[in-house]
Amino acid sequence: MKIVVCAKFVPDATADRRFRSEDNTVDRAGVDGLLSELDEYAVEAALTVKENGDAEVTVLTVGPEQAADAVKKGLQMGADAGVHVIDDAIHGSDAVATSLILAKALSKLEADLVVFGMGSTDGGMGVVPAMVAERLGLPAVTLGSEVTVDGTTVKIRRDGDLASDTVEGTLPLVLSVSDQANEPRYPSFKGIMAAKKKPVETWSLADLELSGDQVGQAAAWTEVVEVTARPPRTAGTIVADEDGSGAAQLVEFLSTNKFL
Amino acid sequence: MSYELSEEHREFRHSVRDFAEAEIAPYAAEWDRKHHFPVETVQKMGKLGLFGLTAPEQYGGAGGDFTSLCVAIEEISRVDQSMGITLEAAVGLGINPILTYGTDEQKQTWLPDLVAGRALAGFGLTEPESGSDAGATKTRAVLDGDEWVIDGAKQFITNSGSTITSLVTVTARTGERADGRPEISTIIVPAGTPGFVAEAQYDKLGWHASDTHPLSFAGCRVPKDNLLGERGRGFAQFLATLDDGRVAIGAVALGCIKACLEMSIQYAGERKTFGVPIGQKQGVAFQISDLKVMADAAELLVYRAAALKDNGAPYQEFKQAAAVAKLYASESAVTATRIATQVFGGYGFMEEYPVTRFYRDAKILEIGEGTSEVQRMLIARGLGLPVE
Repeated sequence: MKIVVCAKFVPDATADRRFRSEDNTVDRAGVDGLLSELDEYAVEAALTVKENGDAEVTVLTVGPEQAADAVKKGLQMGADAGVHVIDDAIHGSDAVATSLILAKALSKLEADLVVFGMGSTDGGMGVVPAMVAERLGLPAVTLGSEVTVDGTTVKIRRDGDLASDTVEGTLPLVLSVSDQANEPRYPSFKGIMAAKKKPVETWSLADLELSGDQVGQAAAWTEVVEVTARPPRTAGTIVADEDGSGAAQLVEFLSTNKFL
Repeated sequence: MSYELSEEHREFRHSVRDFAEAEIAPYAAEWDRKHHFPVETVQKMGKLGLFGLTAPEQYGGAGGDFTSLCVAIEEISRVDQSMGITLEAAVGLGINPILTYGTDEQKQTWLPDLVAGRALAGFGLTEPESGSDAGATKTRAVLDGDEWVIDGAKQFITNSGSTITSLVTVTARTGERADGRPEISTIIVPAGTPGFVAEAQYDKLGWHASDTHPLSFAGCRVPKDNLLGERGRGFAQFLATLDDGRVAIGAVALGCIKACLEMSIQYAGERKTFGVPIGQKQGVAFQISDLKVMADAAELLVYRAAALKDNGAPYQEFKQAAAVAKLYASESAVTATRIATQVFGGYGFMEEYPVTRFYRDAKILEIGEGTSEVQRMLIARGLGLPVE
């Protein structure tokens, strides 16, 4: 079985993150980046399938030069091969364009099982897995909190606020996993050493038979009009229970803020 | 020779740091308070491959170098010395003697679980009346037919009484040499052997989450084939075991110093007195500068010693570098924790901040695996001085 994990390189959430002032896109060049933590669950899910059967795991990423680090992390965790789609024209692509690039690459890779995380930790809409499935004409089982792959059957449990569903599909398909699906492994020394010898291919848009005008900011269906920094934290409210009305005041606060 | 870490070592450091920050740091204070040895966490360290870093691949190890082990020990110790020493002892004192001196059968039997972190081994050397002077060993092993019968007691033995301890290796007198000195041999005693008891845990000043026990042996019988290495070579074997251990203790100390430096920088930037951060006061800032010097110097010494070992330097050169690294790093760690608690002022005395735990944990570094005095003696001898 050929499994492809779609992984994103994102700015480190624990460091300073910002947008580029000239085009309101996430600044990925001037900051520390890493494999999106949410995509580590996708890599782990793929590796678990591999451990339980015969499979080859490829990590696919679309992004600038530093995005190679996301592929590398996947390889260090235990994936077998990597593909990095890189092209200056891709900068500024929205979810629609990203799904086009991924779908082309996935077709070329002839993936039986495509695995995504539940979303991105930077600019994200959580829609790319479904868009890719639509473009490939494949079923999508998304947001799995528990994943079982048995032969060609993929079964997931999807947890809602009030109930859980079990959804089942047959390969080939597109899967996305939540951050409840597993505990991603940390790269071991052995994995880090082994990753150096694993094959990584670099593809351009031309390799995918795409042209620059099909992607990037100019082709985007969505536009970020304005970016505003989060306002500084304000002091909290202190309820002093002086006349016995403290409980009522707390209830009032909680219901006003829709916590109740 | 360069002591720069390779790109792979740096990436590995990053991975171990992520692990330590997520799986150890949030719980270390509670384990310390409850004197709890977290077996599940130890096994997670095993899954990350930390116990098998230097073991050959045929036993499930990574076949990595000694430097990679020092990196792992340093990073774990940066958040919790108890887990740092658990790793250090598990590899240096548990796995290494079997790997170095064991027969193929002994290796096949014991190494796979030890290397995977599913099991731990202790090294029973120290006794109530003997430590680095292993010649004074009182524990006795007598050959009775096909079995060794062991009687005696050991103390301060790390990883010797946990629920996953699979064996301890013990040094024992097995006879007298021609020159009248005792013949010391090393014997493998599987956990659960009748007559072998790991007594209740010690009540220690620090390292509360590390598993340390006194051991007693009364008519404890193990097969003759459990002899580890050559009969009568126990003393030499243990000396060689300790050289690596010294560098590794240096790595524990280095993690401690770096933690003190980081905690002090952060606190000195946040804590205000007289309206300004205390880091603005030279009395505080200059002490933190000293921490930086200690961290850099200890780092160079520890990784120099590790590089000497990895590059196959002459034994005497490595031995000297190991003693120098252990002595400097451990004494600096004690000084660093004293400085860091001082930077924290009153909070440095409260268990609310980890700095207090580091202060309690550091002292043993000047004592374990050869006291500072023993290191000075070794260094003096290495210099050719006629020291006693």
